[in-house]
Amino acid sequence: MGDHEFVREREWQIAQSVMLWVDQGASMRFASTPALEQKGDRARLIGLALAILLQRGGERVGLTGSALPPRSGRPQILRLAEALCQDDAADYAPPEHRAMIPHARAVFISDFMGDLAGVTTALTKAADRGVRGVLYHVLDPSEEAFPFTGRTIFESVGGTLRHETLKANDLKDRYLERLAARKAELRQLCALTGWQYGLHHTDSTAQSALLWLYAALDTRSGGTA
Amino acid sequence: MTVLGGIGFTAPWMLLALLALPILWLILRAVPPAPIRRRFPGVALLLGLSDDESVSDRTPWWLLLLRMLAVAALIIGLAGPILNPQEEQTQGTGPLLIVLDGSWAGATRWPQQTEALEAQLTRAARAGRTVGFLALTRPEAPAFQSADAWRSRLAGFDPAPWQPAPADIDRAIEIADTLGGFDTLWFSDGLAYAGRDAMLDALQGKGSVEVYQTGADVLALAPATYEDGAITLTVKRALAGAERSVTITAQGRDPAGNIRVLASVPATFDAGSTQASAALSLPAELRARITRFDIAGQRSAGATTLVDDALRRREVGLIAGRENREGLELLSPLHYIEQALAPAADLIEGGIGDVLPANPDVIVLADIATLSEAEQAPLIDWIEAGGMLVRFAGPRIAASDISRDTEDPLMPVRLRAGGRSVGGAMSWGAPKTLDSFRESSPFYGLEIPQDVTVSAQVVAQPDPTLAERVIASLSDGTPLVTRKQVGQGQIVLFHVTATAEWSTLPLSGLFVQMMERLAISSSSAGIEASDLQGTTWTPLRVMDGFGTLSDAGTLPGVDGADLMAAPAGPDLQPGVYASGDRRIARNVVVADTTLTPAAWPADVPVRGLDVADEQPLAGWLLSLSILLLLADVIASLSLSGRLLKHSNAAGLILAALIYAPTQADAQADDSFALNATAEMTLAYVITGNASVDEMSDAGLRGLSDTLYFRTSVEPANPIGVDLERDELAFFPMLYWPITPDQPRPSDAAYRKLNDYLRSGGMILFDTRDANIAGFGAASPNGRKLQDLAAPLDIPPLEPLPADHVLTRTFYLLQDFPGRHSGRDLWVEASPPDAEQVEGMPFRNLNDGVSPVVIGGNDWAAAWAVSSNGAPMVPIGRGFAGERQRELAYRFGVNLVMHVLTGNYKSDQVHVPALLDRLGQ
Repeated sequence: MGDHEFVREREWQIAQSVMLWVDQGASMRFASTPALEQKGDRARLIGLALAILLQRGGERVGLTGSALPPRSGRPQILRLAEALCQDDAADYAPPEHRAMIPHARAVFISDFMGDLAGVTTALTKAADRGVRGVLYHVLDPSEEAFPFTGRTIFESVGGTLRHETLKANDLKDRYLERLAARKAELRQLCALTGWQYGLHHTDSTAQSALLWLYAALDTRSGGTA
Repeated sequence: MTVLGGIGFTAPWMLLALLALPILWLILRAVPPAPIRRRFPGVALLLGLSDDESVSDRTPWWLLLLRMLAVAALIIGLAGPILNPQEEQTQGTGPLLIVLDGSWAGATRWPQQTEALEAQLTRAARAGRTVGFLALTRPEAPAFQSADAWRSRLAGFDPAPWQPAPADIDRAIEIADTLGGFDTLWFSDGLAYAGRDAMLDALQGKGSVEVYQTGADVLALAPATYEDGAITLTVKRALAGAERSVTITAQGRDPAGNIRVLASVPATFDAGSTQASAALSLPAELRARITRFDIAGQRSAGATTLVDDALRRREVGLIAGRENREGLELLSPLHYIEQALAPAADLIEGGIGDVLPANPDVIVLADIATLSEAEQAPLIDWIEAGGMLVRFAGPRIAASDISRDTEDPLMPVRLRAGGRSVGGAMSWGAPKTLDSFRESSPFYGLEIPQDVTVSAQVVAQPDPTLAERVIASLSDGTPLVTRKQVGQGQIVLFHVTATAEWSTLPLSGLFVQMMERLAISSSSAGIEASDLQGTTWTPLRVMDGFGTLSDAGTLPGVDGADLMAAPAGPDLQPGVYASGDRRIARNVVVADTTLTPAAWPADVPVRGLDVADEQPLAGWLLSLSILLLLADVIASLSLSGRLLKHSNAAGLILAALIYAPTQADAQADDSFALNATAEMTLAYVITGNASVDEMSDAGLRGLSDTLYFRTSVEPANPIGVDLERDELAFFPMLYWPITPDQPRPSDAAYRKLNDYLRSGGMILFDTRDANIAGFGAASPNGRKLQDLAAPLDIPPLEPLPADHVLTRTFYLLQDFPGRHSGRDLWVEASPPDAEQVEGMPFRNLNDGVSPVVIGGNDWAAAWAVSSNGAPMVPIGRGFAGERQRELAYRFGVNLVMHVLTGNYKSDQVHVPALLDRLGQ
């Protein structure tokens, strides 16, 4: 007689949905020297590479918003590539936060130079729906270092904003303060909503960015998802 | 020109523009440098940041100052500032005539005069006056032009080697009369000459006259004279002033043929005297080489005197009896005379019939007793025309009866029969010494060494005329040397032999001095005017005002009487004149010339030639303003932050590179020589036909490889030789392929080729067409070969004999095929008497290497290998073709071995081995 009962534990495996948003506004079409890649190109590269990795891992990838909901399969990558090639005309594009699938994952790749209100709205909405994700901050090295001197007129890439100064090197300290404040704000936001924050400069390799992002998505924060 | 504070300005009204500078300041202050526009997404973070108040929107003050300085420098520069301005001395606006004396007296100061002329022309240009030139030594109607046009022609003025003649002055006065009113600047040389006052009056009648004259003295050198073996030189000066010493240098050709200063002597003017003399004594050989005397530091025709009789060395004819003493030089009668005369004179030896037509200055007869009638008569004519006959006694004269009864026309005294022997084995007394020379003797003053003794001599008959004919005698009064004058020449008899048999006189230095004394006193010293009557002299070389000699070209000849007497002028230029074989030098200054300084009347202003340089500053100031503007550009760029952007940095680096110093050119010449001589190389002649040259190169490369593998000869890569440019001596062998359209080498190249052949090189001519039957008109290559080889120094040729060393230098060969396999090969012909020694399988033909080897088998194609070692050109067909190629290689090896070792394989040493190989 042996009424041994064996219980097989299975993990419930179900494909995860990952929603991407890559900033395609005018502010991303900027590179400080021709040797560096534009921020937007780098962001798209990272986004698409991440999508391919996730798709190979069996997850479903798509964009936020209703244009391209997450699906699995190889053709989705092609659709993603097509969607990512389009440019947005706005100078500083706010994150797309509509049609987020609850309990899915999200990745926002941008330079977050525009108004932070849009980012706050998006993250709070995501947190309401239980969406966890990564805010990936892509910056050009000149935006990080501010190496300008002399009499300068700064203009945004889309031309909407303009600032004139007689002595640019005087502005450097205050600009860097403001940049640090913004990063701190973003980190704070992420901490509140359970998201993660990553920083990337275009003069480092895209590979390092990809590695970090993949690892970040892998992490289960606060127990099993 | 206004002078403000020591600086003159030619356009002073420009300085008014400086008033506008403050307004410029105000304008520039308000215009700051332009800002740079940047695209920057982070501008969103910059919004609201304001600038520090202390940063103003204006141009920094130092930038303003820089710009103001640039504009100020520009304005002042355009106003034409001049440092050291010359005050206007002659204010005038009419035409200006510049009168130049232009004689040799001004030649030494000519550069200073040219500078002063330039300064005057500059001032005239500024005042806008037209200028004309009148040179009094070559008067022509002056052409009045603007001063700038004359400035470029100033270099064409040269001093003339004569003073203005009265005819020149008259012509100049005529010319001056035809012109309108003008002011005169007279550049005088400082010497007075006839007609100067008249010229001055004529010029003063036309306008004001200013005289420019150097304060320095005028020096002149009178012709050199020979007195008692020392050359006397006289220097004259115009101003009798303080004591002054000058150096006179003698110039002539050294044994290598270069003109050098041979000697120099100082001459001192006493205070207040206008003449100084110096004596220069030189050995005869140096004296013979002098061509001119100069005063050191003076470069004018008057300070130079040409020497004419030293242009030709004395010719001495030496005649001795039949010499049957071969090899016993010290016993030869002429040996000591030759030793004594050789350095200073040209010696001619032969019989009287040979020597007389050469018209020597002196003839020496060493112990010749009788002369035939046919020889005597021309000899006497020659003596009467001024030649000197020196006779030496000897056993033959002592044994003959010449001049015993009556005085022979060719002997100065009557001789006593027999002779006299003193100090020998069979005589009384000791050998006699010489008595000191009398004043009337040409040997007067010579010091007699103690060891000169006479042990035998012929003795003169005591005659009434003997006493005045003796010029040297022994201590007991016996005449030793006698002399008589005949016509213009003289006959001298030495009563001893010319060898050391009868006396020790020829062994001593006294002998040389005596010969010298005699020879000089017979050379033609002063030529009087009466000698020159009726002759015409053509100039060989003429002197210009500076004293430099140049070829006379086609100047007309001068009558002899005028040559010495007439003053120098354009038709009698000083220099060297020739008539037939004689040369005479005509100098500017003759012995009785006096130099009188020029004196000007009191109302004529006389100024010196030294001008303080006017220094125009306009150029400097304009350059300064440009530099400041450049600095402004750089400063503006740096202010707006654009200086160090990448593109600008590249521009700066480029600008810096433009001023980097260029590197020295590499030495191209040595590399060829180093290449050719570092290892043995075979060479081919570049024909210009690319395929033929390529084939030659490949062929010699194949041959070099073969040599490398099979023999101990290790050639490097073959080198193509351009006959015009490259040195041939580096190559043991030249391979010369013949093409019909080769360029013919130039004469210089043929000379190089002949030297190459003469010094042991070998040329392999390859007509490449296998048709060399008789080399003649049969083929175009053959014709070209004949044409090319015609100027070469080639010995007679013959077809290669069967036992030529080429057949056995490395391999034993009888055929020499290349791409073709004709049999004929032409080498240097062997001597016709080459015999075959018994036991040797070959004859010993030429020693050495045949300079040329001529064939037509196109060896280069047979030897040619490509870069990977495969043969390039197919030879023959199949195995027979390869065999032919192998034989071609063997021929090449044999040839190179022959070139390098010559006749080595003709040595007997090799015979046993050879016989072995030949199977005998």
